[in-house]
Amino acid sequence: MSVEKTYAEINAKIKAGRAVVVTAEELITLVEEKGLSKAAQEVDVVTTGTFAPMCSSGVFLSLGHTKPRMKMQKVWLNGVAAYTGIAAVDVYLGAAELPDDDPLNSKYPGEFRYGGGHVIQDLVARKPIKLKALAYGTDCYPRRNLETTITLDEINEAIMYNPRNAYQNYNCAVNLTDHTVYTYMGMLKPHLGNANYSTSGQLSPLLKDPYFKTIGVGTKIFLGGGVGYVAWNGTQHFPSIMDVPGQEHSSAGGTLAVTGDLKQMSPRWLVGTSFLGYGATLSVGIGVPIPILNEEIAKYAALKDDELFASVVDYGEAYPSFTPGNLGYVSYADLKSGKIRVNGKEIITAPLSSMPRAREIAATLKAWIQKGEFLLTEPVKNLPSPTDDIVIHSLKEA
Amino acid sequence: MSPKRIVLRFGTETTVKPIVYRLVKDYDLVVNILKADVNPQKEGMMVLEVTGEQSEGGLDYLRNLGVAVQDLNQGIVRNDEKCVMCGACTGICPTGALYMERPSMEVRFDGDQCIVCLLCTKVCPMGAMEVHL
Repeated sequence: MSVEKTYAEINAKIKAGRAVVVTAEELITLVEEKGLSKAAQEVDVVTTGTFAPMCSSGVFLSLGHTKPRMKMQKVWLNGVAAYTGIAAVDVYLGAAELPDDDPLNSKYPGEFRYGGGHVIQDLVARKPIKLKALAYGTDCYPRRNLETTITLDEINEAIMYNPRNAYQNYNCAVNLTDHTVYTYMGMLKPHLGNANYSTSGQLSPLLKDPYFKTIGVGTKIFLGGGVGYVAWNGTQHFPSIMDVPGQEHSSAGGTLAVTGDLKQMSPRWLVGTSFLGYGATLSVGIGVPIPILNEEIAKYAALKDDELFASVVDYGEAYPSFTPGNLGYVSYADLKSGKIRVNGKEIITAPLSSMPRAREIAATLKAWIQKGEFLLTEPVKNLPSPTDDIVIHSLKEA
Repeated sequence: MSPKRIVLRFGTETTVKPIVYRLVKDYDLVVNILKADVNPQKEGMMVLEVTGEQSEGGLDYLRNLGVAVQDLNQGIVRNDEKCVMCGACTGICPTGALYMERPSMEVRFDGDQCIVCLLCTKVCPMGAMEVHL
């Protein structure tokens, strides 16, 4: 007899303190011990987690009005420019923005030790942030200059809105050329000298819901140490099932746009991050609860590292030149073992995504749900799934 | 006799002195140069592994020349507040001083294996590997 549960039933159990909540890794063990059907009957919610650099992240800040009023046209926070093409004292600070005077890659490889992501971490750590603003002056907003200091608690709103987070899967990056390359996947040594990957595999939110059966617009999540929501699909949301022989549910390409109030987040889960020779960004902690509505959803949530795969891609030549294809697939079990084989050569692997932090997120979200503090939300709109066959465009040049 | 790993920092005058020769000849030390950045007339640094009964005497000789001598495993320090245990450093550390414990996937730092190549200080995305020389 196959089990069917509703969001309302699961939430009633959470409120009553009776919900059975396990992390995605615990579910795997449970399925191995008791079988899928029994595990699906017993478990109400599975928690996932990921903590990794996510460049498409940022915050909308509403700074509050000055006397006299000012329609800010250029704004810098600790020397990092924020986007001002919205209302008078609203700005958007992007994680990958860099200070105007950063040497960038003029001294190659550049270090990029401070950027938008670091400002966001300083802001959420309640550190004072230097605000500089310029304006052209209007009849209703006459002021032209401002230099002051802000803190998170003194500004009106700080709303995190990350257009692309929680990438379902990511390439395993290698370098086939004869020189070291510095990429957003880290430093890659020549002649397949090392391989970097960046998901938490069997704990990663979207790998555990490959067909977007439960994660949709409005899904309540762990975001940056606080509570957030899935706002929409992320940019470049191209969900697919990978063409790995013998593997039916190893997915890739899905992304989430997420949002939440920065004021209730924490600098432990929003960490300014630098990639040598590449740029600055923000590492974001995200955890998504998956309601076990039926056995099928449980089956996907129980996918293991040896059933989940990454494409091996050459970041020396193929990736920068946008040449399609890959060097094969490797499982997350192999990636996490520390060694993979590519083109007949054994290569050492390293993650850019923290497994200990991913586990901490899944455990934290589990605790919130067990305490009855965190109820699940049913999506108000489903996200496109692999069966929707989204067409991917690239830029045309005349 | 276990080898001693040390970091030497010296000023412009000392770079012209044959200090390694003296350590071998006068103090009977086995010297293994792990890293050296020595340019005539400029400040320099060297990471040595020295083995021998008279190693303290050899180090005193260096100190008397005005060379700053420091234990190697005090040189590179991991800032545990900043480290998020991602593991990015473990793929580039040439000696395995930075490595992942499995299956916990926690990053460990074994200062004894470190040769102060400084790669991790540049590659660590969080700036958690610090130079304390």
